[in-house]
Amino acid sequence: MKFDRRTFLTLGLGAVAGGAVGINFTPVPWKLTDDVSIWTQNWPWTPVPQTGETSYKQTTCTLCPGGCGVSVRKVGKRCVKIEGTEGHPVNNGGVCLLGNSGLQYLYGPDRVRGPMKRAGRRGEGRFIEITWEEAISEVAEKLAKIRAAGKPHTVACMTGAQQDTVSALFARFLEAYGSPNLFKSPTAWDTQRLSARLMCGLDAAVGYDLDNADYILSFGSGLIDGWGSPVHHLANYGAWHDPDTKEKAYLVQAEPRLSLTAAKADAWVAVNPGAEGPLALAMVHVIIADGLYDKNFVNSYTTRFEDWTDPDGRQQAGFKRTVLENYSPDKLAKITGVAPERVRKIAREFARARKPVAICGTAQGDQAAALYHVMAVQALNALAGNINRPGGMQILEAEGPFPWPDVQKDAKAEKGLEKPRLDAPAAKPYPLADGLIHAFAGAVLAQKPYPVEALLVAGGDPAYFLPRASEAKKALSAIPLVVSFSPVFNDTAMYADYILPDDLYLESVRDVPSPPGLVPRVVGLTRAVTDPVYASRPAGDSLIAIAKAMGGTVAGSFAWKNYQAALKQAMGGKWRTLSSKGYWIDESPAPSWTQLFGGKRFSFCPTPPAGGRTGMKPQPLVVDIPGDAKSMPLLAVPVKSMQLENGQMAATPFMMKTIPDTVLDKADVLVVEVNPQTAGKLGIGNRKAARLATPFGEADVLVVHNEGVMPGLVGLPCGFGHAGYSRFVRGKGANYHALSGAVADPLTGHDVAWGVRARLTQA
Amino acid sequence: MSQADPNHKDHQPAADNRYAGLLPLTLFLACVAAYVSLLIGWELFPRLLYAKHEQPIDFNHALHVDQLGDCEGCHWFREDGGFSGIPGNFTCTECHMDAIGYDPEEIKFVEQYVYKDREVDWYVYSRQPDCVFFSHAAHVLGGEISCETCHGDHGYSEHLRPYYENRITGYSRDIWGEKISGIHQAPWEADAVAHTDEEEYEQPAPADFTMPSMKMDDCAACHYQMKGVKREGCFVCHK
Ligand code: SF4
Repeated sequence: MKFDRRTFLTLGLGAVAGGAVGINFTPVPWKLTDDVSIWTQNWPWTPVPQTGETSYKQTTCTLCPGGCGVSVRKVGKRCVKIEGTEGHPVNNGGVCLLGNSGLQYLYGPDRVRGPMKRAGRRGEGRFIEITWEEAISEVAEKLAKIRAAGKPHTVACMTGAQQDTVSALFARFLEAYGSPNLFKSPTAWDTQRLSARLMCGLDAAVGYDLDNADYILSFGSGLIDGWGSPVHHLANYGAWHDPDTKEKAYLVQAEPRLSLTAAKADAWVAVNPGAEGPLALAMVHVIIADGLYDKNFVNSYTTRFEDWTDPDGRQQAGFKRTVLENYSPDKLAKITGVAPERVRKIAREFARARKPVAICGTAQGDQAAALYHVMAVQALNALAGNINRPGGMQILEAEGPFPWPDVQKDAKAEKGLEKPRLDAPAAKPYPLADGLIHAFAGAVLAQKPYPVEALLVAGGDPAYFLPRASEAKKALSAIPLVVSFSPVFNDTAMYADYILPDDLYLESVRDVPSPPGLVPRVVGLTRAVTDPVYASRPAGDSLIAIAKAMGGTVAGSFAWKNYQAALKQAMGGKWRTLSSKGYWIDESPAPSWTQLFGGKRFSFCPTPPAGGRTGMKPQPLVVDIPGDAKSMPLLAVPVKSMQLENGQMAATPFMMKTIPDTVLDKADVLVVEVNPQTAGKLGIGNRKAARLATPFGEADVLVVHNEGVMPGLVGLPCGFGHAGYSRFVRGKGANYHALSGAVADPLTGHDVAWGVRARLTQA
Repeated sequence: MSQADPNHKDHQPAADNRYAGLLPLTLFLACVAAYVSLLIGWELFPRLLYAKHEQPIDFNHALHVDQLGDCEGCHWFREDGGFSGIPGNFTCTECHMDAIGYDPEEIKFVEQYVYKDREVDWYVYSRQPDCVFFSHAAHVLGGEISCETCHGDHGYSEHLRPYYENRITGYSRDIWGEKISGIHQAPWEADAVAHTDEEEYEQPAPADFTMPSMKMDDCAACHYQMKGVKREGCFVCHK
């Protein structure tokens, strides 16, 4: 046999064929196919869940003021799910959409990953990373320089609405540093507290025992739209509609738009916008005229109900006479837009209910309320005799100043603190003004009473939430040094020179003040459920480090080792319970009327602290929205919902996914609600593009016809139009706050605008 | 006409002779190659495919079951139906904060892991890619399937078996099954073998028990057998 190419090929082919046939009778091809397919699932860029032991850690959610206890499920070191904590006095296992998706804040790709210094223009969002040592020393040095130049008062500080130990530390810092310019975002709860101070003579927080009430008269409060402690009230609402609940509550919702709460209420009263206070007064009239008020309470524990004599010996009309003579439902019908018969019916139902309560604070209660409105509502509660009664309005012990050592002040600090506040000129006309944050931007831009050298933003998001946000942004650009402590690139952080990122509520220990309006009070504590994901630090620690770096009395006022030590001292006797249980609940019984008022009385016509002889008589105030009614015939009103926004954090990507295109169009255009009648007059069809103009800005919108909104109004969903945050939220829709302007309350000067003048033109 | 004609056909057979015997030889070679393939496929391949690892700690299940009474002490169900899986140091240190005996393995565990606050990197025989939603509660509490049905009689072992890691997938050999052929006893049959009498959980499985594999076909076969469904919906497992 000749061994040539042909032989070689033939034998070779034979062997290969034999091998090939043979291998098919082994598991090799089948097993390899299977293994390779599994191998492809393990490519490093394929996301796979963590493995490890499952555990649950407890903390308190701070994404909104609701104060829910949350339980975080962890697998190994990774947090994988947030649930409500069973048995927690605030939310008992419930959680809202935002709280549920909190891990998207924790692990989100757009968090501030460490201390940052601005590299681009203001608002551009370009930053470079610096070390913590650099961040602290550079900020401290700049602040020390301003102070050395004798201008400590030119440093301002903003805190959020929450009055926790961290905002108290910032207030303390300003005091030691020597600046009177602390600005806090005022809420409806502050107005209620002020009203209680005037009427009850007590510095106390106000709460409502909705768990036990059986008739709830809500003046625009969005009970299931994120008011107060959102999950708590959602659970209440659920309980009222549970067939097993014996005691059901009847909910009457008075507001100009068919909100979710109004739609789910037992009765909806479509009151004219801004006329909730006059409506309450009309009801007061019915109750007094029909003699349906609690005579025991009114006679023994109140004053100025009947006519009274002022210190000059002049006779003054009492509350009763003022109301009876001026505020009958018929007289106020034009203002309120509610038929007198309906007012009478509801007022009588309210007064005859066993445990009625009237509540206020529009929508989520995150905006200051008109003082006269709140006083009318508190008068309703007083007439019902429900103060501190089960199901009634509760006077809660206020979180007093924390038991820290006195602030050390040197001559520089004393001098700086004597300077007028930045908002002093704007606050002048208002007898009860106590810090007008909406006047801040104007003061900065006008450089009056003096130029602002630095701003510390310890909470809130002024670039987004302040009315006329474009002005706020200009003001932020004009301040030489802006330091933000935000853990996320919110709209304000985009304008900062330095960002010293705070931890999130899942990363370190911090107190959570009792949720607004909640009865009983529950103080919470956040805990380090996980190690910080990035190089963030508790804002309290950053501030203490800055103070220490400045030396002198500033450092002396911050003698604690770290924030933990300050927190522990602040919590005093509560600390043990707080640190072991995660929350502290006020178990003391509500004081009786005698104990509560202790010789004083509830005053229907209180004397303001600034003096005045006549007392504050009830007023049917409707906050007037200024502007040219000819060129801007419509009124745009904010539409709030928990699905869009809750507290001062923007929606999570998950929440964005739940928003239907009846709220945000597919092309990210904001959808506004207009009554078909109004839209018809304007000639704008359903789901048609339009241009919305207000005196402060313009936006492209999509008009949707909706009979749930009063003719003449434009419902504008809140929570959109962010310039900061993540790529999932940014640049969608328009920001209501940027389009709106402030309208001052005649007494407090706070912004109490309930809407803004607007014009819609077909695009 | 003796002159050779180069085109004459008679010349051809002479050329063919040169290749005589090629066909049988080719066939023979093919058979040899097939045999070698079979050898490689059945013998060498599994040896190459799997890497043998010893567990970091030789854990004695039998001893723990004896002390604690059942599997539930360490592998428990939460109220919400979640399954604790393989316990971490958190659970172990309920007893083993310090060594409580003289076993070198326990001492190793305490010194290397507890004191250093490190979790043990167990090789997990049953780990699989996370392609499906699998609920232990649905199977064990709802379906009343015993642990052994899928995991074998692990609970009676005094030593941990070596772990054979598939070099391609990184998962245990147990998933495909010990036999490279992939032919195994059906899971429900294994279950029947494992528990023949009343005292089923008190005794190790008999000698003829073989561990079932844990591939999708096994799930499907069992669902078919036990639930009586002809074809299970994809979404039942692939959420
Ligand atoms: S209601 Fe507020 S506190 Fe509660 S879970 Fe939601 S965001 Fe968190």
